[in-house]
Amino acid sequence: MHLALFIIFGAFCIAGALNLLLQRHPINSALSLIVVMTSLAVLYLLLGAEFLAVAQVIVYSGAIMVLFTFVIMLLNAGKEERTHGSKMAYVAGFPGAAILVCLLTFIFLSHKGDFAKARLGEYLVTTSDLSQVLFTKLLLPFEVTSVLILIAILGAVALARKEH
Amino acid sequence: MVPIAYYLVLSAILFSIGVAAFLIKRNIITVFMSIELMLNAVNLTFVAFTRHWSQVTGHLQVNGQIFVFFVMVVAAAEAAVGLAIIISVFRARNTLAVDQIDLMKL
Repeated sequence: MHLALFIIFGAFCIAGALNLLLQRHPINSALSLIVVMTSLAVLYLLLGAEFLAVAQVIVYSGAIMVLFTFVIMLLNAGKEERTHGSKMAYVAGFPGAAILVCLLTFIFLSHKGDFAKARLGEYLVTTSDLSQVLFTKLLLPFEVTSVLILIAILGAVALARKEH
Repeated sequence: MVPIAYYLVLSAILFSIGVAAFLIKRNIITVFMSIELMLNAVNLTFVAFTRHWSQVTGHLQVNGQIFVFFVMVVAAAEAAVGLAIIISVFRARNTLAVDQIDLMKL
């Protein structure tokens, strides 16, 4: 059951990420990124992170991607064109990424025995477990993030405002 | 039962696709989206290692998930500011192609 769900949603993730890479229109890339993020939420749930799964759907596939699609539509972004720089990036990008994935896969699979095996329904981190740490031990960093978000909102408004 | 290593391999694949998209894409919004993809891949690694650490120590560990929580908060702030910068760059240069935004190039 766990393996089947992992394979299905892992395949969704990889398919969405490849679609992001191969599509030439930004709106198609944005929609495939939503597929990746929502499938990742299911994988978080399989790993027993229920709060993060919900936060992933609300924050990432909700708020952030709405912002992206809104900006794409606002700026009327069209198809990207191939340039001289992009040909050089093809030469450097694909082999580099392939080497990276081969290296990491080799390392992880050669140490497969050292890693635990995740079973469905064990070690579920509930929202109250998370908030007990967040509101006692890490209260100051948690409150500082609210200042960070406030500054980010002010910065975004100041940057995107029309100049007179 | 799924070994944690499979989750790490999936995360490595997603991260590498993000790196490739970052290098290949010529549209500034898509470049920014591939950064988000890389952040998501790293978040999956954090969650997988939280699970691994819980099972090794035998009781619930939440510190890795706290990391993911803070990454999400900072990513939301970063997305808002980054997209505002993209809007103001588009107003100034009237293009989204990264090749044509080269005012600081020697």
